[in-house]
Amino acid sequence: MAVKIQIRDLNFFYGPAQALKSINMDIYENKITALIGPSGCGKTTLLRLMNRMSDLVPDTRVEGQVLIDGQDIFEKSVDVVNLRKKVGMVFQQPNPFPKTIFENVAYGPRMLGTNDKQALSKIVEESLKKAALWDEVKEMLNKSGMTLSGGQQQRLCIARVLAVNPQIILMDEPCSALDPISTLKIEELMMDLKKEYTVIIVTHNMQQAARVSDYTGFMLLGELVEYAVTREIFNVPKDKRCEDYITGRFG
Amino acid sequence: MKISPRVTHSIAWGVCWAAGLLSLAFLLVIIGYVFVNGIGSISWEFLTTNPQGGLKGEGGILSPLVGTLYLVALTLLIAVPLGVGAAIYLSEYAVNNWFTKMVRFGVESLAGIPSIVFGLFGFALFVIALGFNFSILSGSLTLACLCLPVIIRTCEEAIKAVPGTYREASYGLGATKWQTIMHVILPAAIPGIITAIILTVGRIVEETACLYVTMGGSSNMPTSVWSNSRTLSLHLYYLAMETTAVDKALATGVILILIIVVINFVTRWLSNRYVAMTRGGNR
Repeated sequence: MAVKIQIRDLNFFYGPAQALKSINMDIYENKITALIGPSGCGKTTLLRLMNRMSDLVPDTRVEGQVLIDGQDIFEKSVDVVNLRKKVGMVFQQPNPFPKTIFENVAYGPRMLGTNDKQALSKIVEESLKKAALWDEVKEMLNKSGMTLSGGQQQRLCIARVLAVNPQIILMDEPCSALDPISTLKIEELMMDLKKEYTVIIVTHNMQQAARVSDYTGFMLLGELVEYAVTREIFNVPKDKRCEDYITGRFG
Repeated sequence: MKISPRVTHSIAWGVCWAAGLLSLAFLLVIIGYVFVNGIGSISWEFLTTNPQGGLKGEGGILSPLVGTLYLVALTLLIAVPLGVGAAIYLSEYAVNNWFTKMVRFGVESLAGIPSIVFGLFGFALFVIALGFNFSILSGSLTLACLCLPVIIRTCEEAIKAVPGTYREASYGLGATKWQTIMHVILPAAIPGIITAIILTVGRIVEETACLYVTMGGSSNMPTSVWSNSRTLSLHLYYLAMETTAVDKALATGVILILIIVVINFVTRWLSNRYVAMTRGGNR
């Protein structure tokens, strides 16, 4: 089983406050890895470091390494545009652009230099198919992406990420704004996506982590307390704090 | 004696209602007066001949009408790109240091300066020092200075109101900051930018003081941006102050009001269509 991302002694600071404390973690290729833990434990911070969305926050500092395919993403020579093309991100709130469905999906490829209409059409169709949205929207590609339902919007956002042909997809509580049926659809989609992509998901919903993920990491106060195969974490947690959280005694 | 909350509520409601009604009434009376007294003098001939001058204010309003359109187009051409650019800088690039604080302070202060002061500045700089003479160009440049603060502030608000989630999504797809500004932020801010343009057009059409000393006031048909010219507002002023043709002044006022209403409607309509196209509804 190939390791896609290696996190080595990772510390992260917002100003003087330390948000991540010496994280060590191997994330496996073509698996779904879930990060769980109470609010403020650093799971979203960790996720956002993996494609350097953390750069957007001023006054922050990173120590340690995040190696993707053996390459440290914090090295000066790394082009953040290429990194984000390789490591896509789906956000908590579905955030389609105020553009047509077609233009939403075509945005990434356009920004990376593809302008040929036919090539774009092909990318848009393939991406929407992979995101299991094509059949619902193929007749209305020129309608605004914002006219779709919440669940459809989130799948549109996933299609938008797939259009730039990433290898890793980061999902930051992608279902927290969705109803149970839309959530189910996204979860089915994730199971599909892991055949081609490495998926990392932050979730507050422990049932969701148990349902979809292969590996689960439990975080608390900036530390990765326990990280193992999902079944083990949920059935035989080794750490007392992890057990308390999973059984609902806190958090 | 204590008045019950019910009674105070009724009184407050009545007072607010009356205030609202009264201010609306003022507006209607003014517009109504101008229309009733002005509309009779409007004819095809009035619209298609140049002012002939004289104490009776002979002639029509063709050249001031053309002068106004020239001025609106040229001023927008100068002020909007500059203003939007400054707004982008202030909202997207500027860090909060003494320089941007000064820029902001300058913008705020400029917004409160009387237009005749801008006029004298324009007279000294554009008309005399740069040798643009009394011309549409001098008037436009002066007006651009006058309008910039409002454009900058309105556009800055519009840009700041674009949800941060759009930015994140764009950066997350590997877009650069400039691409994000051009392809996501500005398109999303278009309705606010259009509001800025509408406000500016209103300001250009209504302004007299600063044009009085920069544009010249000739009633000849302008032939280029170097022409000495007058706008409808300025023409109205001349008619009212230097002739006995009050009816023609009021007719000019009617045309002015109509122009503003039409420009407002057209731009709002375009803006709403744009919003409907991009967001699928008037949200």
